[in-house]
Amino acid sequence: MLFFSYFKELVGKEVTVELKNDLAIRGTLHSVDQYLNIKLENTRVVDQDKYPHMLSVRNCFIRGSVVRYVLLPQDGVDIDILHDATRREARGG
Amino acid sequence: MSWAGPDEILLSTSLAGFLDKKLIVLLRDGRKLLGTLCSFDQFANVVLQGACERVIVGEQYCDVPLGLYVIRGENVVLIGELQDREKEELPAHMTCVSEAEIRKAEKAERDARDLKGTMRKRMEFLDFD
Repeated sequence: MLFFSYFKELVGKEVTVELKNDLAIRGTLHSVDQYLNIKLENTRVVDQDKYPHMLSVRNCFIRGSVVRYVLLPQDGVDIDILHDATRREARGG
Repeated sequence: MSWAGPDEILLSTSLAGFLDKKLIVLLRDGRKLLGTLCSFDQFANVVLQGACERVIVGEQYCDVPLGLYVIRGENVVLIGELQDREKEELPAHMTCVSEAEIRKAEKAERDARDLKGTMRKRMEFLDFD
């Protein structure tokens, strides 16, 4: 559940989600669930010309299983807190 | 079990907020299906009413009508909410053509790609890259 909790902290921040089919979408993180499905708002596709069908999509749901990377904002991670949380998770709770 | 109120639905990752909206569903094989969301579950299995496939070749496109579709969740890549303004769905320079025409264009594109592939294969001894 570490990454679920971690992504929940990022709600409201601007992220770029790159999918396994190379489609990269930038938008505001609206919500995330246990499968790491992601909902984005105010989305725009990074390579708009290649994906004309995405032009009018502003809100979208991305299935967690197709995500390759999530690019976070520069201040998206506090290393110390993340280290602590990771150790706690590794100890089993 | 209690039902989520309207606020929870809008704030959650659930697809409930997309019910009865016109959506575009991208599939793993690159297909793009349009339709109105009737139902869904936790696997992102979805039921689309009045579904059609949007075939895009170059600057041409066609919406091929399909009917009522149940899509297995594992094939779903992305579900996007389409804005109401119909004409802004695609860039203005793209033209709507008939199904026959788009199939012809698809075939032409496929043939061109195949030809490129065989030519490359025959020239492989040149060792480019």
